[in-house]
Amino acid sequence: MTNKGTSVVVVGGGVTGLSTAWWLARSGVDVTVLEKGIVGFEASGRNGGGCTHYQSPLFHEEQRLWPQMDELLGYPTEYRRERIVFQVDERKANFADGLSMRIPAGYEWEVLDGKQVRERVPLAGDNAICGVHLHFGGHANPQRTSQAYAWAARDLGVAIHQHVAVSGFETAGGRVVGVETSAGRFGCDALVIAAGPQTGKLSAMLGNPVPMAAARAEMIVTEPLPLMPTGGVDGNGLYGRQTLRGNLAYGGGPHEWYDDTPLDGPPPRPSGSVLRGLSRRLADLLPRAAHARVIRSWAGVIENTPDGRPVIERLSAPDNVTVATMSSVGFGLSPASGHAIRDLVLDGVCSFADLSKLSRARFKELSGDWRRDLNWLPPQPATPTEGAAL
Amino acid sequence: MTRPETRLILPAPDRHSIAGKTATPDEHAELVVIGAGPAGCAAATEAARAGVQVVLIDENPVSPGLIGMDVPFHFGGRATSAVQTPERLVEHVLESNPALAEAFELGVDVRLSTSAWGAWVNGPGLRSLATGVIGLADEARSWTLGFDRLILATGARDLNLSFAGSDQPGVMGAQALHALLVRYDAFAGRRLVILGSGELAIATAELARARGLEVLALVEARDAPVGDAARLAALAGQGVEIITAHVPLAAEGGADGVTGIILVETSEPGRRRTLACDTVCLAVGAVPVIELFDVLGAARAMVPERGGHVPVVDAQGATSLAHVFAAGDCTGLGGDAAAAGRSAARAALASLGRPAEAPEAVFRPVGPDALAYQLDWTRALLATGGPEVMVCLCEEVTRGELLAVQPPRYLGWSSNAIARRNLATLAQDGPLDQDQIKRLTRACMGACQARRCREQVALTMALGGEVPATSIPLAGYRAPVRPLPLAVLADGHETADMTENWNVWFGIVTQWISYDDIGTAREDEQIRAGMPY
Repeated sequence: MTNKGTSVVVVGGGVTGLSTAWWLARSGVDVTVLEKGIVGFEASGRNGGGCTHYQSPLFHEEQRLWPQMDELLGYPTEYRRERIVFQVDERKANFADGLSMRIPAGYEWEVLDGKQVRERVPLAGDNAICGVHLHFGGHANPQRTSQAYAWAARDLGVAIHQHVAVSGFETAGGRVVGVETSAGRFGCDALVIAAGPQTGKLSAMLGNPVPMAAARAEMIVTEPLPLMPTGGVDGNGLYGRQTLRGNLAYGGGPHEWYDDTPLDGPPPRPSGSVLRGLSRRLADLLPRAAHARVIRSWAGVIENTPDGRPVIERLSAPDNVTVATMSSVGFGLSPASGHAIRDLVLDGVCSFADLSKLSRARFKELSGDWRRDLNWLPPQPATPTEGAAL
Repeated sequence: MTRPETRLILPAPDRHSIAGKTATPDEHAELVVIGAGPAGCAAATEAARAGVQVVLIDENPVSPGLIGMDVPFHFGGRATSAVQTPERLVEHVLESNPALAEAFELGVDVRLSTSAWGAWVNGPGLRSLATGVIGLADEARSWTLGFDRLILATGARDLNLSFAGSDQPGVMGAQALHALLVRYDAFAGRRLVILGSGELAIATAELARARGLEVLALVEARDAPVGDAARLAALAGQGVEIITAHVPLAAEGGADGVTGIILVETSEPGRRRTLACDTVCLAVGAVPVIELFDVLGAARAMVPERGGHVPVVDAQGATSLAHVFAAGDCTGLGGDAAAAGRSAARAALASLGRPAEAPEAVFRPVGPDALAYQLDWTRALLATGGPEVMVCLCEEVTRGELLAVQPPRYLGWSSNAIARRNLATLAQDGPLDQDQIKRLTRACMGACQARRCREQVALTMALGGEVPATSIPLAGYRAPVRPLPLAVLADGHETADMTENWNVWFGIVTQWISYDDIGTAREDEQIRAGMPY
């Protein structure tokens, strides 16, 4: 079976791929997205929803775009500006110093004492000792945003094929000319690989491996509580938000490295291994919510490169391919990452930021044993020990 | 000082992963049985007789807080004040369940008022576990119980179908009515109308009458009753009206809840009649409780003749997971639950290398197509009651909002773009998926953990998307499968490694260096300073 060709095939229907498709379609490009499951159904739709990434070269564009996204997409993202981060552990009393090293000039923020934290965070308690209030950044609803990209892209004519797994690429004359999938071949003039944990493998099929390892991280969700004035509140080793419905949705804590993630199916499931640790820390962070009932948990499987930084690169060979992994921090940056990838695909260079430090070239000298060296390996079962006597 | 930009700076070896941080379970048992109904009690006693150390877990009597949230059954506000003191119900729970009393006598370690909110075994994505683990909780705390073998006998729960006014006290499920009448002796109603005319509805009517309650009618959406003709005739002879081709349009109510039910003729919605009653009992169907199977990742299948989504089990009760067995209604409705429990226990004993009698192959009856029946009810309720009726009570999502895939009301969002979307267009984009619908509409996202709406949302999706009801994938169950307070779920005894090396994200220090500083002296400064928080 051969499908009608398209100008650009985007492999991966997560936020990065969907944003890319939307940006390309806004420029009038004919785009097809191939997604092995449902759009935004893996880590893109299951994360903390944070939109505050001052370490990234895409930060300024992230901050510029988020307040406009509802209007640009035509569908709701639940974006809200501002974040408050606070601590309940004396050892973190000076955590604002670490932020002052990193937050770029021109973004307003203030340091809070415990009393100020309690004034601004009604669910905080007497144990709050210090915090910061960022008058930029914010949070959005990951699943709603993922679907918003997908619908907005469709409205602009993008074809999104769900439940289609990519198995290989067809090259000719040094270019990728087709994508082989479980639904047949899709012809293309250009290719974008933005497939989360599968990005490395897929790119390797084209002779351009991207070193990465996948891991699972988990979150918990409580029943709804009365809305706090600022929903983007976290700290105490947690990231997360109060949703606009009022649920507390928080993650953090240990991840589990995976050997591999399949190209044709969902990654392994939630484990519950940090659910109680999350509950403990959330009850400590927001003691006035300690009665709130946890009603579900989530897990997302995300990839990291060895230094935890993205790879966003237009390959030199095949030169019509752009690969992108956001290295476990992709949701909030997605309005900007899609723009950047659109620029690389159409113009060969990002129009609004320098991305030169995000190429694969930095991994040239990487050891073949880097996962072992970094201790990024799946755990071994603990030695069975006698449980406590009944 | 500037370094060459290509120089690779790697983070320190990871000490923030789960490796080495998983605590040994607080307790351990050779065999754990969850659910002290007929299947679970039979399994526990069979294993105890063989000399195995057995822990039998059951959430009854459940706390008044959970009863108020319709967990685990759809109690519908018709429990008496007796449920406010669950400890006083224990005696009745034992009296009403001789098999449980026998398990006690045989030395089974019975834990009542204890809920199992999660279960895990070593497998893909969960390599840190040395044994299977169950998460347990009571009102005050949570803890973990390791097991060598697990038998799930979690029974069935209520199928809820909503209609106008069905969110008020007095509209309840048949499993809840059974629990309140038999296990707790704590039912507050007197005059019942029962919805359905199949085996469940008939058994519910017989039970209610045996307890001295008045049963006004059985109401059936289909044109003819679906249950055993002789038993229906007997009920009719006792004054129970069998009303066919009708569904409820609305429950009337007052301060104490339901005072009557308005029925409407399915083919002639203008024709209505009202029955004065204090309780409307939904007995259209029951749902196998497969929550823990799904959390465990056991293989399952959609089997309409067995009640819907059920775990895949062999004739002896083995699941797809080597250490997990199952028996009773949770494997599919009907059959000899006690025989299934004994068989699962023998299979578990054999897998433990314990001497055991050979497991008997358990006959699993094939019932009527439960989904077709439920779909007929859903279709009739939708056609007569219209789009304004709530399909998800916790999140206040109407049938119409579900069919139109509308964003939740609290967003106050409306646009032409969103107005063009509905279940039918979504079905064109790809197979309908209930988890996707949950996130878009919030239907099934509430504090009752979708016990009151999961099935009717799936059925309504099938109607709106014009796809077979059996094609709608299960909306996944995730731990905790009981709504537990943060303070209860909180781990008071986590490992020192977990405490010391907990990090908000991966703890990759190079990830958080400001881009402009990469390759400059400021990078070294930030690496020395460590993670920002």
